[in-house]
Amino acid sequence: MSEPLLVVKGLTKRFMTGGGWFARPRSMTAVRSVNLTVGRGEVVGVVGESGCGKSTLARLILRLIEPTEGDITLGGTRLSGIGQAELRRERRRMAMVFQDPYSSLDPRYTIAETLAEPFRVHGLPVTQQAISGMLEAVSLPASAALRYPHQMSGGQRQRIGIARALALRPEFVVLDEPTASLDVSIQAQIIELLAALREGFGLTYLFISHDLGLVRYFCDRIVVMYLGAVVEVLPDARAVPRHPYTRALMDSSFAPDPKARREIAPLSGEIPSPFNLPPGCAFAGRCSRAVEACRSASPPLTEEGGHAVACFNPL
Amino acid sequence: MSPLLSIERLSVAIGGVTLLDDISLSLDRGQILGLVGESGSGKSLTALTVTGLLPLIGGRIASGRILFDGTDLASLGPAGLRKLRGGRIGFVMQNPMTALDPVQRIGEQIDVVSRLHLGLSGEAARARTLDLMGQLRIPEAAAVAEAYPHQLSGGMKQRIVIAMALAGEPDLIVADEPTTALDVTVQAQIIQILTGLVRERGLALLLITHDMGVVAQACDRVAVLYAGRVAEERAVDPLFERPAHPYAAALIGCIPREGMAEGSLKGIAGSVPPATQFPPGCRFHPRCPHAVDICRTERPLLRETPDGGLVACHLAERIAG
Ligand SMILES: Nc1ncnc2c1ncn2[C@@H]1O[C@H](COP(=O)(O)OP(=O)(O)OP(=O)(O)O)[C@@H](O)[C@H]1O
Ligand SMILES: Nc1ncnc2c1ncn2[C@@H]1O[C@H](COP(=O)(O)OP(=O)(O)OP(=O)(O)O)[C@@H](O)[C@H]1O
Ligand code: SF4
Ligand SMILES: [Mg+2]
Ligand SMILES: [Mg+2]
Repeated sequence: MSEPLLVVKGLTKRFMTGGGWFARPRSMTAVRSVNLTVGRGEVVGVVGESGCGKSTLARLILRLIEPTEGDITLGGTRLSGIGQAELRRERRRMAMVFQDPYSSLDPRYTIAETLAEPFRVHGLPVTQQAISGMLEAVSLPASAALRYPHQMSGGQRQRIGIARALALRPEFVVLDEPTASLDVSIQAQIIELLAALREGFGLTYLFISHDLGLVRYFCDRIVVMYLGAVVEVLPDARAVPRHPYTRALMDSSFAPDPKARREIAPLSGEIPSPFNLPPGCAFAGRCSRAVEACRSASPPLTEEGGHAVACFNPL
Repeated sequence: MSPLLSIERLSVAIGGVTLLDDISLSLDRGQILGLVGESGSGKSLTALTVTGLLPLIGGRIASGRILFDGTDLASLGPAGLRKLRGGRIGFVMQNPMTALDPVQRIGEQIDVVSRLHLGLSGEAARARTLDLMGQLRIPEAAAVAEAYPHQLSGGMKQRIVIAMALAGEPDLIVADEPTTALDVTVQAQIIQILTGLVRERGLALLLITHDMGVVAQACDRVAVLYAGRVAEERAVDPLFERPAHPYAAALIGCIPREGMAEGSLKGIAGSVPPATQFPPGCRFHPRCPHAVDICRTERPLLRETPDGGLVACHLAERIAG
């Protein structure tokens, strides 16, 4: 890994929910003691199923929400615990692209106004030329500036979302399922655009997705999450998974190749409720390799040669 | 023997706009036909037409016909269609939430199908419901039957919708993106259940998806739709090995594969035009890397491929190589 740009230590987020007139408030841990390092220029993927805490992790890292515990450092500056003014300055160094290009753009603003917004927030001047340049960077014509979001396709909107994220030339960009709502044809365009922008601007990405195939294509290293915790870190896209959950994710992805056809052996059981996690490994109830220890103690994440796995009986 | 479902030169219009143009497809018992294409290509419209729901969205069959087990659907009338749908044709809609009534218990919603279509008593219907839920590997079926939809996970709701589609003892299931909103592990469960039903009971399955991975793993044949027309219809193996239509080839090239080199993921430039702006000639020509003059003016007709498929491209022989 290159020099670390982002270092996350022991990051935990607990949410309190409910607590209406009759219901007792309940607490759930959406992100649990996550450690994560992203090297400068790296693309690190985060995969896991719906509700495993990917977006919460993203929002914690950008400090859009406050952590319950833990530390975040970006390029040597500690983000946790700094004041609002300083945070605002630091925020320019990072940006986020959201999953849904339909709800993430304000329908009342023209594209030019949307793209000028980050500059306005930071009291910076912006020229029409700068807007055209931003549009060009994401392969949209300058004429798009005068349009409204509803006049654009999903793929075009996501290009705008990317242009907006890059407006202030951040070093670090969190991509939260940027292609999940798009056709595969458009997804492929956006992925290649992101790859080109990374080259061009020397960006570092945290790429969130539930698509392991896509993550293995696009990312240098892969972090696998299950119910709020990191269960495995794959040192590269070709690494063979050691955690049974990662293996199950891989077995559940359908390769677009009939020659690779195989018996589907889906995971059995349901994901346990995050409000009522069983003791021990959160995956034990669905795991074909579970041993006695798995049901009583939490397996620690242990690393060997950059490959980390949290499992008592890894593959 | 004639196929169970046969769509013959079907055109469908809503208002003055023709949305499906001269579609021909057929599906046998014990077979899975995938229907793929980008958003707006006409997949759901095909499903609605086959299940007789077209009038509901103000559409009509402009020409052509649909034969189900030899009967022309157009000859059936609204009551006949209602009887067929939920009975011999089961429909799994794109969004399970729209298929389920939020204020009615799960069990009752499944019961009603076999009461209506098989004439079962309340007790017999419930027994059948619990049996179906068991076959779909729904744990604690009796308890789930008493639950309301909002108490269940997305994957569980989708299994309930499949149970409803099965309750009338269908010969054909039309499933419109049954796994699109689901996690991959749940998707694998649902696809396994559906393919199992086809193999074990000889059902026919029209599986609508935009996922070429699902097609490769689960389907026997596949029809690729583009802008309301069939671009290519083939058995799955030859289609993936040697797609004859540039659009089919492009769709396959959009999905990352094991060991693919960086930068080799190819998108498809542009997007599907709205139905009011379909170009002349081959509708794919503005996005096609192979297009030549004739593509811009002449509509490519569906032609047979040597392996018994169909393709609509002027340059098909050259593309398939
Ligand atoms: N503001 C909040 N209050 C209470 N619970 C929350 C809040 N935000 C998220 N959660 C819960 O935290 C868990 C993790 O949610 P999160 O959105 O991070 O998951 P995700 O991995 O991004 O899922 P998806 O793939 O569906 O986007 C979920 O159980 C969610 O319901
Ligand atoms: N009720 C309607 N009135 C007018 N046009 C419609 C209607 N329903 C669908 N269309 C049009 O018909 C075409 C095909 O739509 P259809 O819903 O069948 O696409 P699809 O292939 O199912 O797409 P998706 O992948 O987004 O579900 C589109 O151009 C769509 O805009
Ligand atoms: S007919 Fe022409 S434009 Fe259409 S797919 Fe074939 S080569 Fe491309
Ligand atoms: Mg999320
Ligand atoms: Mg549809």
